[in-house]
Parts: sequence; structure tokens; C-alpha cells
Amino acid sequence: MAADVKTASPPALSREEELEAYRVMLLIRRFEEKAGQMYGMGLIGGFCHLYIGQEAVVVGMHMATKEGDQNITGYRDHGHMLVMGMDPKGVMAELTGRRGGYSRGKGGSMHMFSTEKKFYGGHGIVGAQVPIGAGIAFANRYQNNGAVCLAYFGDGAANQGQVYETFNMAELWKLPVVFIIENNRYAMGTAVSRASAQTDFSKRGVSFNIPGEQVDGMDIRAVKEAGERAVAWARDGKGPYILEMQTYRYRGHSMSDPAKYRTRDEVEKMRTEHDAIEQARQRLLGEHGLSEDELKKVDADIRRIVNEAADFATHDPEPDPSELWTDVTLPHDGPRA
Amino acid sequence: MPTDVLMPALSPTMEEGKLSRWLKKEGDAVRSGDVIAEIETDKATMEVEAVDEGVLARILVPEGAEGVKVNTPIAVIAAEGEDVSAAAKQAGTAKAEAPANAGSAEAAKPDAAEAPGSDVAPRRPAEPVQAETELPEGVKTVTITVREALRDAMAEEMRLNENVFVMGEEVAEYQGAYKVTQGLLQEFGARRVVDTPITEHGFAGLGVGAAFAGLRPVVEFMTFNFAMQAIDHIINSAAKTLYMSGGQISCPIVFRGPNGAASRVAAQHSQDYSSWYSHVPGLTVIAPFTAADAKGLLKAAIRSPNPVVFLENEILYGQSFPVPDVEDWIVPIGKARIARPGEHVTIVAWSHAMFHALEAAETLAADGIEAEVIDLRTLRPLDAETIVESVRKTGRCVVVEEGWPQAGMGAEISARIMEEAFDYLDAPVTRVSGKDVPMPYAANLEKLALPSAAEVVEAARAVCYR
Repeated sequence: MAADVKTASPPALSREEELEAYRVMLLIRRFEEKAGQMYGMGLIGGFCHLYIGQEAVVVGMHMATKEGDQNITGYRDHGHMLVMGMDPKGVMAELTGRRGGYSRGKGGSMHMFSTEKKFYGGHGIVGAQVPIGAGIAFANRYQNNGAVCLAYFGDGAANQGQVYETFNMAELWKLPVVFIIENNRYAMGTAVSRASAQTDFSKRGVSFNIPGEQVDGMDIRAVKEAGERAVAWARDGKGPYILEMQTYRYRGHSMSDPAKYRTRDEVEKMRTEHDAIEQARQRLLGEHGLSEDELKKVDADIRRIVNEAADFATHDPEPDPSELWTDVTLPHDGPRA
Repeated sequence: MPTDVLMPALSPTMEEGKLSRWLKKEGDAVRSGDVIAEIETDKATMEVEAVDEGVLARILVPEGAEGVKVNTPIAVIAAEGEDVSAAAKQAGTAKAEAPANAGSAEAAKPDAAEAPGSDVAPRRPAEPVQAETELPEGVKTVTITVREALRDAMAEEMRLNENVFVMGEEVAEYQGAYKVTQGLLQEFGARRVVDTPITEHGFAGLGVGAAFAGLRPVVEFMTFNFAMQAIDHIINSAAKTLYMSGGQISCPIVFRGPNGAASRVAAQHSQDYSSWYSHVPGLTVIAPFTAADAKGLLKAAIRSPNPVVFLENEILYGQSFPVPDVEDWIVPIGKARIARPGEHVTIVAWSHAMFHALEAAETLAADGIEAEVIDLRTLRPLDAETIVESVRKTGRCVVVEEGWPQAGMGAEISARIMEEAFDYLDAPVTRVSGKDVPMPYAANLEKLALPSAAEVVEAARAVCYR
């Protein structure tokens, strides 16, 4: 069960932290709902994997990092981009395959990057982001820049061989990387227990001496607390750290998922009892003393941002046909990096 | 303002579906994310979730309706506080909220899609041709092995750029499985000369990440046969990311190591990957023959902002050639070299196969057939211009390749000549290639499996009708 792990009493967030976390989680949720709707209208093509339900993971982890730290993930990547401060217009326009998209319409949902915001993709091959993320951490150590790379992957990717090749090198070379396993209980349609001999993913680094812990990924406070511990470990030169985030996706694996592998009750139970956004909302209204009206203003602001992104992504032109041939290779004798 | 709920497309190919069940009825409150209906397509039954919040004012398409086209309004949701009955009257006229001002995909058609003839790809822009680089006239040279030339190239670039580092199996303490990295650890230390575990997939991916982050990795594979374990990162991660990122993320990495047959190491250690990598847009593929080219091209590869596959050859490592004794010897990528001028037949080869080409040219010359031998040096981008120019002169071409014939470099070169010099051909383009079998171990069979100078001579005579 996701949220099997309950952090007994995670330290409370300040009113400002809680409000900001709520705002970003809500931005991701509303953005994803809009993306789902636009997919339904045929404006978004191909594969589209929504992050709805898992928002607390990236938002809590981001709160545990600092400027200059990098993020890399797999194909369920919209939330990771928004949390890094990438422009929702540019992300949505990439989903619709338009010229104003982050990859100028050539990458799509699974392939977006922002060197400025330190987001390194967006990778469509399950597990490939893990060694690449360790490579970014290798560069951090090589350049001694003090940055930590967060490498996100799912319970499905956790069974790829290259993950363990990476664990070995990352610990061997004490690379500043935090491996975040987003265990949303299903690798596409296969439940964790049907695919994994060891379902406690925090133990997947045991034979490499990488410390790990299970975290209630539906509680932003627990995520942030564990994230701070892991990031500090990596930044101090102690090597990698594994965080298994027990989370849940409410939607299908992708838009074309018939969801025959789980019951509606299971989904409904998670949504009503464990939703991270609802929990944050209740704390804001309760212990932080915000009013319904104040939260409605936040909601309205988020809806405006998302609608503007959708509007931009709908009316922005497709890439110019000449873009077909650009960005394949760079001039070999270009400026030296 | 009331909002239409549209019949959604639930897969890239769905055009219509059956509205099998309503889970909410008129008058019910609807929250964002609530499942309001079930839809059946030819593939599956799927749930429709509400995006907008409010009250389900009216159902427009009843349960059981079949053939409902994508984007047809199926229900109306009235916003909180809105008059539900008034909203219901507006049924079907409301605009979907997202995207604003565009209720249907039709209205949302982007401008560029309107351009006439946009289904036809534009022509690929011409690539600038780089200057020919023979060894400069009268330049002082030193004779060194290909192995030393490669080592010198890496050492020189490491001295020039702090971000260049070498990683791979046995590159440091062991001094290189084939001694190509000899002395680098002593000069540059363990930070920049990194021994890896035996973990090709992992360290290829790690190298790509380091390149994304601004370093210039030179990744050695003990042989390219082992790089098959890493080929996903070479192609999916290194070659495609510049394009997929709209030009944001470059991957300045060199994957190098011995390629092709060595001697008596059988099928799993003898494959030639020339055509495999040269198939892939985004990759640059280099396969030098001489020590001068090995040095000048490896330096160019390390400086290139692109991912480069640098195919060496174990037998060539110990061969000596003159190399210009100049401070910074660079050979431009993408330019073939005319190794021997001639007028009767063009022989195209690269890497170790150049031995067969040059030996054959000698034999042919004794018979009065002057072969023009082209050393490709770079396989991608392919210097088709130099080949075509030569074939326009000779009217005949033999391609020598150590790899397998099907979908090989020879097949590609043959097609290019047909496209660009068909009218100049006096004979069919002929391939001399590795035989279409896994590499055998037995000495006699291995010899038969590989191309030979004698086969090149025979092919050249055949196309010259001699």
C-alpha cells in the first residue's frame, strides 16, 4: 500500500513554505488535468504520462535542494519541469508540438530540457536517466561545484540492469547524486509485487552500501524532511542516497490506459484519504489560519496560468518546415566549450 | 460561463467511440478529477474525468450511444453559482474552456499547417565542403605507430582543455588493454584517467551525462563488440538529444576503441560496426587508417561538440606512419583522402581495408590499370562528393569493406553513386566485403571470411572488363 510508511510526526512547514508547496502542487495538478483534456481534444499527440497524484514528491524534494542542483527523470516528467521553474507555456507548447515549446516542438512530452533551469530531461527509455544523472553528478564532483543531482525513476525502472551498474559506480566514486524511486505501485499495468523480488526499494542499494529509506510520498512534509537528509549526505561527499517515495498515480500509465489492473475503489481511497494537496489545504485552513477566500485566490491564479499556457500552446504555430533539418549536429569546429 | 465536455480521444488513433455509461447524472456536483462517464473504443473501456468543476447541467449524449465522434460535446457543466437551468439551455453552444477561444481542434489548427505542400519535406540544406588536407608539402614528419598517435592526440587535448577526461576499462593502472592510454594516468592523475568497472551500459550512460553537464569525456570501449551493451546510450541518449532538445543540450563525447576483426578471436569479438553507427543521424563516425589521420581526427573529434564514434583497429595499432611534427595537427572531419590517384577504376576503403586496397592498386598498376584509392576516413558525414568526382573520372567503382554486405557501407556508397553519377558508370558498382557469416575461428576460414587484396584485384579487373 502506498503510504504504508507513515512518518510519525514530520516537522511542520512554515506558513510560507506550506502555501508555496500547495501552490506548486496545485499548478502541477491543474496543468496535468488540462494536458489530459487537451489530449482528449487531439491537441496533444503520441504518449502523454500524467503526474496527477505524485505531486508531493517533486515539490518536497525541490524544497530540499538549492540553486544549481540538477534534476533528471524519465517520461512522466511534466511535474519535474514545472517544479524547476520552467515556463508552463513552453512545456504545454511542447506537448502540442509547437515552435514555442521547450524543444521547439521536436521532443514532445517525454523529451524536454532546460539547461538554464538545470533540468536534464525527460528521457523516454526506461532507466536511461539513471546513469546519465550519475554522469551529471560525476561532472559536479569533477568541477567541484557543490551541486547535487536528483535522479528520479520509477518502481518499473528500478528493475533495469543499468540502475545497478550506476549504483555501483556512484558509491565507488562517491558521486553527489540522490536516487529517488517514485514507487507508484504499478509499472505500466504490472503491480510491484508481480515484478519485483524485493519490493522494499530502499534496500535496492544494500549490496553497494548505499543508504536508503522509505518515505511517505503523499506527505509533502515527510518528503522534504527525508530529502534534506539525503541531499546533505550527497553534498557532504558521502556519496549517493536512495529514497523510495511511496506514492500513487491517480490516472492511467498513459492516456490510453484502460486501468484494468486495479479497482476504482483503490484509486478513490487514495484520492480521498491520502491526497497531498488536500492535506496541505487542510493544514493551511487549520493550523496556518488561512481563509477559504485566500485559497480561492491561489486556485484562481493557478487556473489563469494554466489557461494561458493552454491558450499559448493552442495558437502558437507549428515549427517551420525548415526545422526538420536543424539541431541534428553542430559544426565540428564550433567554439570550444 | 457553462463549459462543454467534449468526447475525448483516448489514444493517438481514436476517431470515435461508444458512450457506454454515465456515472454522474444531471444536477450532480462535479469536482475536477471525478470520473463522469465511461467510453468504449475498439481497444478498451476508458474513464472520462472532469477537468472543470461545477454542476453537471445537462447530458447531451445518452448512455449507449455509439459512433460518437471525438470532440462532440457530450455534456455541459455549469460553473459554481451559475444558474443550472439557464446553462442547460445553452447546451451545445458553450465553448470548451480549454483551450480558451478554441472549442474544437479544427479551430485550433496551427498556422504553419495551412501552408500548401507542407506534407513534402523541404530539401536538406547543402553541407559546406571542407578543404582537402593532404600532408602539407615539405612538412617535417616523425614516424610513429597508430597507437602512439592516438595516445598523443588524447594527451595534447587533455593538456589544452581541463574538461577532457578518459574513462573505460583498464585505461589507467593497466595502461590500456591495448596500451593506447599508456602514460596518461602518470601525467594526468586518477581524476582525469578513470578506470571503470566492467559496466559498458552504465559508464556509457554516465559519460553521456557528464557530457550533457559540460565535460568532454573520451570513453574507451575495450572493443566495440562490448559497446553493443551500451548502444542504447550511444544512440538514444547521445545521438538524439541535441535534436530532441531543440538544440539546447549538446553531447561532446568520443566513444573510441578497436572495431572489426583482429585475429582469431571469433564471432563475438570480430564485428565491424561501420555501417551500424553510420546509419544514425546525430552521430559522427570516424575510422582512420594512417597514424597522421588517427591523431588529427581524434583531436578534431575531442574538440567537436557532437557525439563521435571513433572506430580504431587492433591490427593497425602497431603500424607506423609519418605524422607531421607540428604543434597542433588537426584533420577536418568529413573529408576523404585520395591515397593514390588513378584514372581507370575507383577503389573506396577505410581503416584496415586500406591495406587490401593499396596492395591491389599496386598489383593492378603492374597490369596497366591505374586505380584511384580513396580512404574515406570519416564514414558519417560521408564525403560522397569526393567519391562521385572520382567515379565521374573513372566510370568504375569497387568498395572494400570488412563488415557484412547487407545494408553495409558498400551498399550505401553504391546507392549514392547511382543517384549522383549513374550516367558516368561504365560498369556496375562492385562490393568486396566480409562474407555473410559470423566470423569463424579456424585460421583458414577466418582468412576466407575477410576481404583480401586478391579479391579486390579480381573485382577491379571485372569492372574494367580485363
